[in-house]
Amino acid sequence: MFNWISQTIAVTLLSIRTIPQRMSSSGVAMAGIAGVVIVFVAVLSIGEGFKAAMAEAGSPSRAIVMRAGADSEMSSGLGGDEADIIKQAPGVLRDGGRAIASAELFVIIDRNKKTTGTAANVPLRGIEEAAMQVRNEVKITEGRMFQFGTNEAIVGRSSVGQFAGLDLNSEIKSGQLTLKIVGVFEANGSAAESELWMDSKLIQNVYRRGNSYQSILVKLDSPASFDTFKNALTTNPQLNVQVKRETDYYAAQSETMSALIKGIGYTIAILMGLGAVFGAVLTMNTAVSARTREIATLRALGFNTFSVLISVLGESLALGVIGGVAGGLLGYVGFNGYQTSTMNFQTFSQIAFAFRVTPELLVQGIVFALVMGFLGGVFPALRAARLPIPSALREL
Amino acid sequence: MKYFSLIWRNLLRRKTRTAFTLLMVFIAFVLYGFLMTVRGAFTAGVDVASAERMIMTHKVSLIQLLPISYEAQIRSTKGVKAATHSTWFGGTYQDVANQFAVMAVDPQPFMEMYPEFTLTDAEKKAWLSDRTAVIVGRDSATKFGWKLGDRVPIKATIWQPKQGDTWYFTVAGIYDGDKGVDKTTFYFRYDYLDENRRGANGMVGWYTIRVDDANRSAEIGLAIDGLFANSSAETKTSPEKAFMQGFANQIGNIGLIMVSIVSMVLVLLLLNVANQMGQSVRERTSEIAVLKTLGFSSQLVLALVLSESVLIAVIGGGLGLGLVWMLVQSGGFNNAFLPVFIFGTRDLLVGAGLCVGLGLLAGAFPAVSAMQLRITDALRRN
Repeated sequence: MFNWISQTIAVTLLSIRTIPQRMSSSGVAMAGIAGVVIVFVAVLSIGEGFKAAMAEAGSPSRAIVMRAGADSEMSSGLGGDEADIIKQAPGVLRDGGRAIASAELFVIIDRNKKTTGTAANVPLRGIEEAAMQVRNEVKITEGRMFQFGTNEAIVGRSSVGQFAGLDLNSEIKSGQLTLKIVGVFEANGSAAESELWMDSKLIQNVYRRGNSYQSILVKLDSPASFDTFKNALTTNPQLNVQVKRETDYYAAQSETMSALIKGIGYTIAILMGLGAVFGAVLTMNTAVSARTREIATLRALGFNTFSVLISVLGESLALGVIGGVAGGLLGYVGFNGYQTSTMNFQTFSQIAFAFRVTPELLVQGIVFALVMGFLGGVFPALRAARLPIPSALREL
Repeated sequence: MKYFSLIWRNLLRRKTRTAFTLLMVFIAFVLYGFLMTVRGAFTAGVDVASAERMIMTHKVSLIQLLPISYEAQIRSTKGVKAATHSTWFGGTYQDVANQFAVMAVDPQPFMEMYPEFTLTDAEKKAWLSDRTAVIVGRDSATKFGWKLGDRVPIKATIWQPKQGDTWYFTVAGIYDGDKGVDKTTFYFRYDYLDENRRGANGMVGWYTIRVDDANRSAEIGLAIDGLFANSSAETKTSPEKAFMQGFANQIGNIGLIMVSIVSMVLVLLLLNVANQMGQSVRERTSEIAVLKTLGFSSQLVLALVLSESVLIAVIGGGLGLGLVWMLVQSGGFNNAFLPVFIFGTRDLLVGAGLCVGLGLLAGAFPAVSAMQLRITDALRRN
């Protein structure tokens, strides 16, 4: 038994060590596998980044209230009186009688995207003073918080990078709206960083919304009081609203985009992978042909067929591992953290996010590479193991 | 042509190699077709945009409404042939996952503005004669099984009806159109929307304007925007093509991503095919020397090797492109998010060019080395 294993190891190492002798052909196979892994990792990191920006935006201790039937803040609408009733509901965290809740408006403002120079729907959120207490993860990193009652605004860090003219201290004029950027905020890279924030009263004015809002974001006194809060609102005949945990609200928003990216990404990866497998088959076939006499000699010397089979498969898997690791690293170095923005169709507005090459993606990429190596090697390995010794020894 | 059987024999001498090389080329061009189709789907509106049409939106953003009174003013502007408005409705049918665009329009001017949507005369008449009438695209009608006369409930998202939370429409027509036309949209009548919604009466989403001279559209656009400057709703008018392109840009540079992936695929494919061709020529060194000894000129040897590699590329690539073309023709890719899937003639021709180019490039190095082969060296080598 031991002999059998050591034979297998010896022959496998022999094949792997001789890879450099067949460099052009092995190199092409590795490059093929690495290419597939790069594309796989890069495309799926877009989906991961988008999902992460959405996931970071939600907190289980917050709830968002919108009009029943609305599919996002964008299509929702609530009156000022409804907003007051909602803030009084049980389950809302209070600070000396004042509810930690913010009645908000969510509109868009045209700004040019830096990469294309064409107009993009940048989200503009109107908030109330409690908003910064509701979202305690938000921090002003440059400048200061805006003053309520003025046309000052603060802007999310990702937005500054993606859209033109949003730098600190710049002024935005658009139709009847003029606003001055006095601060930049950070929110753990979440979707909130794509937004501009200003006083909701001002947006009501400029966007002619009367005394109405689109959503109420509340801080719950504990994540567990969500049901109490929800039941209180949905059973209140004065209200016609839906209540969602903020985490669920954002998770639902990333569904369409994530599914689309996954669909396209996996299709590309599988097709490319198939191509790489064919390439690997050719490479391994060439390797077996080049070593026909050597393999026949080993077998004539008494090495068992299994060790020959494993050695060819081992070589192919080695190509897969090298290609996979190289592709994963290149994908990570090339794409992780790359900032971009896209349209979130649910809210009809831009969302800025960074590509995320997660450890799971890298593992998936390398597993994928191993599968390619295996499939590429299995038939040539069978062929090598079955070589008729006498005629193979005679081959050139 | 008389050398065809020689080339063919050479391809068949190592069947596994030829088969797998062909498969690789095939897969690579299926990918090319798929990626170009996806790219096309994201910019479908750009391709069908008319040079004579312009889109006018609120200056601050597309979501802000404009007064319906603007229409008469736009129509009386010099250079404007026609103008009509559209309003985004949103709404969901049965389930939020069923996504298609629902818009309120003014039927008569709408049909004149968009002749690419084809309806029968009876359908046109039906749409004009009933307020709740709606026309839907063929793709959506097929997907949801709607027939003429069906009653379709749409749950309101933005525009709440005066009673309840659902709007009811009657299917008056199923419109069709060329391959590039989005056949998923649901167009109902603005007068029905305006009389039955709560608030925002007399407000519309955006205007589509037809100008009489496409070359003067920039100038006419400025003149129209001038009409509403300093009003409570200032406007921005841009050519339909630019508007659609801007919209596609909002999603991101899909074109760049797709072209990058295609380039990478083609470079890898080139390496692979070139490697196989090199191997095949190396194995045949003595054979080529014999050919030369028999009097085959160096140019002819070069041409033979090149034709071999072009033949592989054209067969594999042609099958790949053909498969994608067939799949797209049969509507195999359609989904709600990307309603229009076409594999454009231009992409097809570029693909064919790439096949030939790939074959030539992959064969170039081995072909030149075969051409330069010196008979005496080559025959002595083994």
